[in-house]
Amino acid sequence: MCSLALFPAPLACGQTTLCESNNELLSGTATDHRLKQDSSPLSLYFPRESLKLHCRTESSSKAAFLDHSETLWMRSAAAWRDGGLTGLLNEITNSNTEVPKWLSVSSGFTLALLRWFSSFHGSLFPHLTMSSENMLAEFSQVLNWSDCVVRAFAWHPHADKFAVALLDDSIKIYNPKSATTPTLKHRLQRSVAAVQWKPMCASALAVACQNCLLVWHVDPCSLSTRPSSGCAQVLSNPGHSPVTSIAWSPSGSLLVSASPMDTAMMVWDVASESCVPLQRVGGGGVTFLSWSPDSSHVLASTPSALFRVWETRTWTCERWPCVKGRCQSGCWSPDGSRLLFTVQGEMVIYVLTFGDTPAGVPTCTSKGPQAAAVVADLSETTFNTADGDIIVGGEIHSLSWDPTGERLAVLLEGDPQAADRPAIIAVFKTRTNPIFELLPCGFVQGEPGAEPRMMQFHPNFQHGALLTVCWSSGRITHVPFYFLGAGVPHFGLSGSPSLPRPQERPADFANQSLFTELIS
Amino acid sequence: MYIIITYCLFQVVCWRAVASIAWAVLLLLPITAVFVILSRFSLLHPIQTFSGQSLCSFAIFSLILMCGVIIMVGFLNLEYYTVIPTIACSKIALLGQLLHPRQFVNSLAHCIMGIIVAWCCAVTLGGRYETIGYPCTQGDGTDSSPQMCLNEYHLILLLAGAFVGFSHSLLAVISNINYVSFHTVQQYKYLRFKGSLPFVVKCSAAQALYSVRNYIVVYFFLGYIPKAWICKTLNLHLNSSVHPLDSIAGLLDLSLLYHQWISASFLLFTWNITLLLFRIFVTEFLALQDVALLSQHSPSRRCEVFSLSQPGGHPHNWNAISKECLSLLADLTQRLVAYHDTVATNGRAKSLSTGKDLMSPRPTLLLRTPASVFARFVVGTPHSPLTAPFTPDLDSPFASPALRRLTAPLDQCSPWFGTVQSPHIMRRAPKLWSTSTGERRLMEDVRSLGSNGHLKQNNFILNCPIQVKHFLAKRVLIMYLFNKLPEASSQALFADSQAHIWALEGLSYLVQASFSEDQFGVIQTTLPSILGCMLILQEAVDRHFKLPHASSKPVRSASGMGDSTYKTLRFALRATLKTAIYRITTTFGNHLNAVQMSAEHRKRLQQFLEYKE
Repeated sequence: MCSLALFPAPLACGQTTLCESNNELLSGTATDHRLKQDSSPLSLYFPRESLKLHCRTESSSKAAFLDHSETLWMRSAAAWRDGGLTGLLNEITNSNTEVPKWLSVSSGFTLALLRWFSSFHGSLFPHLTMSSENMLAEFSQVLNWSDCVVRAFAWHPHADKFAVALLDDSIKIYNPKSATTPTLKHRLQRSVAAVQWKPMCASALAVACQNCLLVWHVDPCSLSTRPSSGCAQVLSNPGHSPVTSIAWSPSGSLLVSASPMDTAMMVWDVASESCVPLQRVGGGGVTFLSWSPDSSHVLASTPSALFRVWETRTWTCERWPCVKGRCQSGCWSPDGSRLLFTVQGEMVIYVLTFGDTPAGVPTCTSKGPQAAAVVADLSETTFNTADGDIIVGGEIHSLSWDPTGERLAVLLEGDPQAADRPAIIAVFKTRTNPIFELLPCGFVQGEPGAEPRMMQFHPNFQHGALLTVCWSSGRITHVPFYFLGAGVPHFGLSGSPSLPRPQERPADFANQSLFTELIS
Repeated sequence: MYIIITYCLFQVVCWRAVASIAWAVLLLLPITAVFVILSRFSLLHPIQTFSGQSLCSFAIFSLILMCGVIIMVGFLNLEYYTVIPTIACSKIALLGQLLHPRQFVNSLAHCIMGIIVAWCCAVTLGGRYETIGYPCTQGDGTDSSPQMCLNEYHLILLLAGAFVGFSHSLLAVISNINYVSFHTVQQYKYLRFKGSLPFVVKCSAAQALYSVRNYIVVYFFLGYIPKAWICKTLNLHLNSSVHPLDSIAGLLDLSLLYHQWISASFLLFTWNITLLLFRIFVTEFLALQDVALLSQHSPSRRCEVFSLSQPGGHPHNWNAISKECLSLLADLTQRLVAYHDTVATNGRAKSLSTGKDLMSPRPTLLLRTPASVFARFVVGTPHSPLTAPFTPDLDSPFASPALRRLTAPLDQCSPWFGTVQSPHIMRRAPKLWSTSTGERRLMEDVRSLGSNGHLKQNNFILNCPIQVKHFLAKRVLIMYLFNKLPEASSQALFADSQAHIWALEGLSYLVQASFSEDQFGVIQTTLPSILGCMLILQEAVDRHFKLPHASSKPVRSASGMGDSTYKTLRFALRATLKTAIYRITTTFGNHLNAVQMSAEHRKRLQQFLEYKE
């Protein structure tokens, strides 16, 4: 089992991680780094001040208008329309001078009963009492989501472009080969929790919003910088909001979405805008979804100490109760045979193995593993650096595995109050053959004061792996890991077959003799 | 051999239907129990609900009657179902569907079944609903001879059943309730049933509410007619001391309304459950769907597809599959191109012939009724003649040569005849696209699409005197009836596209898998034709979506048992087509440059390789 004690010490203040080469992480000073990164078209910086935030609140704008007397009927109808049954009962109870006494008393009694019942329900599932903003922040894969400038990020699975969702609810699409950066805005596009590009398609981008799902169709050849909201399909279902997680099937045919308020997970046929709810008892909602790259399984975690692994052929599921908390994050190995996941309140990474079949043959049997095994222990470890002691470790916020299956990035939560316990990204080398193993690689750090908020690996980087990190400062940087893959898992059904790796060295590191040594 | 296979498939569908009916009959008992509890529920005495009287012989008899009704409903489902919806392209076509004799028989059957169910409900409810007549003493006490009087409560319930049954059968036509669509994801039958149960309850209750509302209005105005007729035929008297029910005071009886509503809900719920079970049982694993799924999920069966025949070394399996799928897709392309040409020539011809026509440039007098809904399945007669109204005969003197050209090749290279050559598919005969009726209906649909299309109508318009046309155009009602419904023709064109979607998915998954699994290079030989076929189709689809109304989204239908999947099939086809091409290009990447194809196709393919489509 791998632990943090085996890791090289974090960098001193002022140093940032540049890349991995020759099997070690190289660092440089922040200024060098910035100079180099600024020249690259894909490194972005969104200062908080540049964003125009709207101060629209969730509640209605009723308070801004002058009160004017309406009849009780009109007010009741409006309350029914705005607030449903509870709104109507509230209205009747409040206007007790106009209605008969028995009516106001009985509606007050019903209201109290309803509140008592909902509080009872809420005590079973505490997350139901949260506001939708808090819920998004709680269940998002982005660390400290509500305060983050970059709220979601997604690489396109095939082409070299990515989408960035910002704090002001706009989404920008960056493509190094094109001069235009389309900005997507929509009336319903609020509190974006996740974005994901549709595989096997150039243009479709799914966006998880507060009240609905949007699927944008952004024509890659179009020169327009503001695609109209007519380019977006709105997918919504009553009770299915806020949407915290979405996942496209790797074959691009289906989209699944999850909401902590809805016990059903929705499987969408986006073209026909129809959905099939998949509902099981227990859990109280669905928070996080991850589709295995071979499209045979879907991980669905719930707000309770329980997660499910759905098998996608006949859509049956296995229940996995956890001991301590809910499943916080998870990721699949490229061949879909292993699932790594973390549990809230625990500092370890677990693995589940689905069938010991050779790569390329997805398992369709329902025979799953019997128990999860611990593969890494990330409990707190103190490192002595030049700037004093730094404590690294703790709870894990999210996991990301690169598409070749050689590097695993782990975002550790840290403690925002304590200065010596920063949030940090720990990177492991992973090996799947002959046995599954995690080996330490190092920590990825940014400029002083910037904490990592979210990370994603580039889906088809030619020279190894490329980790994109969004920082609390609003900066997006890319950290390349140069290595030669050992036995790249070839995979039959989805995922493009890896091309032969070019032998020339990347230009930036021409002065170095070798860029990696073979693992195993 | 073809007929044998068709017969086998028909048997498969029949057995599935029988299984679904059996389940519906089994479910009848719990549903009735719930109905009894709900119907006796009283707000003030909740305990009394459960302390009802014991089952009498009438109740058992009514249960047996209900079983008969369920079996009848199941039989009607089997008889009328279709996998290709009938899309009425104008109001008059819809009217034609509603007034068709076959539909009339259907409505009558539903009416009678409604009465039977309502009688069962009345017996189960007991009390004042139980019998149609009761002894009463008429007059002021002087000549108090005992007579039989009409129990209007019983009558109102029976008529409600008839009305609800009738309106259900009409709504079924309008919302294409007999259309069976295929689910986006495969689930076990029990889970699918459990998942859609709440929806069925909700929509039955809502439909019952609306039906009862309409019924009350009708009964208020016309209730005296059946009342008088029943009295006359059964020799019953009207009790003048009891308040008549076709008055405002009589109808505003809350308990009566509740009982009407709960009975109507019970009726609709049992029927809808039967329909739901039928849909679930019948749409389980069919041939083309099976190809799509096996190509995606089962490596061992893919291996069988890529294998060579033992003596000779021919890829018979793959040839059969690819030929079938490609001919399906080519058929769709041809249809789209023909439609597009028709629309284009229509406009031009019109503008030439009637230069100063007051009518809009687009022809307004178009009506199309795909005949499939009326096409009955008869074993052994594959080409049943078209008998639908408003469907001109193919050999009518009006048919233009262009029309003949359009229909002739469709008849020869029929997409479904000879579907099964592949030996390994034949071994799994039950898993074939087993709606054998579907095949026939598809054929007819294809033919009717060609036959009663614009060409014919336009020809007719051109031949008829302009004065008549002007005269007709000024009549608002006629314009209303004959005006083409927007996007309906587009929907009709893609009505059977579920098969094309499966063909595309199956082909593309197989080609993708062949990159690593095809040891003998079986697929390579057909790759150019597959890519060519897909790219031509892509072009045709793109052109079609540029037509007016083609890309407008249909209004999302409110709740109801009718399935509106067919309205969005063209979008699903477009998305699947693009995904299929991308699936091949991302898998093969630059290797595709070595594939032989025309310059135009290569240019288009390059767009896909650069992710610019």
